[in-house]
Amino acid sequence: MSLGRILALLSRHMYLYKRSFARLLEIFYWPFLDLVVWGFITIYLEKVGMSLHGAVSFFLGALILWDVLFRAQQGIAVSFLEEMWARNLMNLFASLLTVGEYLVATMTMSVLKVTAVGGLMMVFAWVFYSYDILQMGFSLLPFVLNLVLSGWIIGVLTTSIIMRFGQQAEVLAWGMVFLFQPISCVFYPIEVLPPVLQSIAWMVPPAHIFEGMRAVLTTGELPVMHLLWATGLNCGFLVIIVAWFYHTFSICKDRGMLVRVGE
Amino acid sequence: MPASGSITSSVVEVRNLSKRFQGFTAVDNISFDIKKGEILGLLGPNGAGKTTTIHMLLGLITPTVGSIHMFGLDLATHRETILQQVNFSSTYISMPFSLTVEENLKVIARLYGLKHIQHRINDIVKKLEMEDIRHRLTRKLSSGQMSRLTLAKAIMTEPKVLFLDEPTASLDPDIVNKIKSFLKEYQRSEGLSILYTSHNMREMEEMSDRIIFLQRGKIVAEGTAPEIIQRYGQRDLEEVFLKLAREQNGP
Repeated sequence: MSLGRILALLSRHMYLYKRSFARLLEIFYWPFLDLVVWGFITIYLEKVGMSLHGAVSFFLGALILWDVLFRAQQGIAVSFLEEMWARNLMNLFASLLTVGEYLVATMTMSVLKVTAVGGLMMVFAWVFYSYDILQMGFSLLPFVLNLVLSGWIIGVLTTSIIMRFGQQAEVLAWGMVFLFQPISCVFYPIEVLPPVLQSIAWMVPPAHIFEGMRAVLTTGELPVMHLLWATGLNCGFLVIIVAWFYHTFSICKDRGMLVRVGE
Repeated sequence: MPASGSITSSVVEVRNLSKRFQGFTAVDNISFDIKKGEILGLLGPNGAGKTTTIHMLLGLITPTVGSIHMFGLDLATHRETILQQVNFSSTYISMPFSLTVEENLKVIARLYGLKHIQHRINDIVKKLEMEDIRHRLTRKLSSGQMSRLTLAKAIMTEPKVLFLDEPTASLDPDIVNKIKSFLKEYQRSEGLSILYTSHNMREMEEMSDRIIFLQRGKIVAEGTAPEIIQRYGQRDLEEVFLKLAREQNGP
């Protein structure tokens, strides 16, 4: 594993973001709009007197954390798309870059995206709605780390599908994460799901994270079991999905897809 | 006259190499060597297996059977050591459009762990007469400038073996001439081994020390251009190409 090659790939993306207005919009514009819309919804809910204690905390906290997951996933999947669109995959994989280094670079890219988007949303939420997500204290850190892990898992899964099926699957880079949204119980407690979906949701790490977040906001205590479940599931899924990526990469090399992806 | 440096031992050894995709054999049991300082031309009609062969040599496609050794090492087990000394350029690749020429070269230099990056970039930009475009966005390059960029990225890493897949395709004669002259000069001075594909027969005769003719994935002729022309009783390499290509495609 070469740090130099990982940094090389990161520098390629930094050059890109430095001068791409469209890509900067992706980081700042959409999260800002999300926050504005959900912020007004929570204000409305409070005004009509709905008996939802701490609506602002529930919804805005959930929204910020959901964006952590979304951007962590996108950091990986969109980075692959950038190479595909630029017909640069051959340059990368005929160089010394290994699959492992490629994955680490895109994971680092996703952390950078999460930091930018998360930081911005925290500031917006504080300025416009006087909502301070840091009120969750140190509990916030393990939640965020787990969401980043979940984002990596979905991102690597998405990338392997795009690599295998080519450009026709590129919409998954934006859509895949929403497949997990209903069972991640981002904006509602897990009990509202039908029993069958509840069983599935308990196997999804983000469901534990969002349940945990709500527990912190209502009880003020760190839900250790939820965190342990989320961490355990995330670690297990991450190992499986990285192995799956290596396997898909090998299939693509065998079938000549790596040199044709994007055509 | 072909550019011939001191041709001694083989730096690339390909043995019984085949690639079968579902229901289709792209490369069929080919064996060849590239010697140190040699330019080997890989000739054949579209679909003959030239590009697939180069992709296998770069480790981008896994061979179905056969072995590839470079510098005495097996590509399957010594990928990093081998690729450190190998590079490629092709009409069919590009580089990130939103980066400038210099930024793209910097990224490649970092990927190969090169030292004194700025010095190397200055050097290659000068050699390939790219000073006026070094700060230009890649998306604004003409096809000739893009060819020079992909060649620059290949040569900047100072490879011992270079794979060039139709490096002059769809370029105007003036640029083709400049690229050929540069390559011959560079190959002579560095003792570089080159595998070269092109559809331009005159260029092939001019550039190659030896030629391999591929047809339906098999090697059907091998030797110097005059040897191949004589063997097929034709006037030039273009006639040989047409004869073999028509055999492949049918009347």
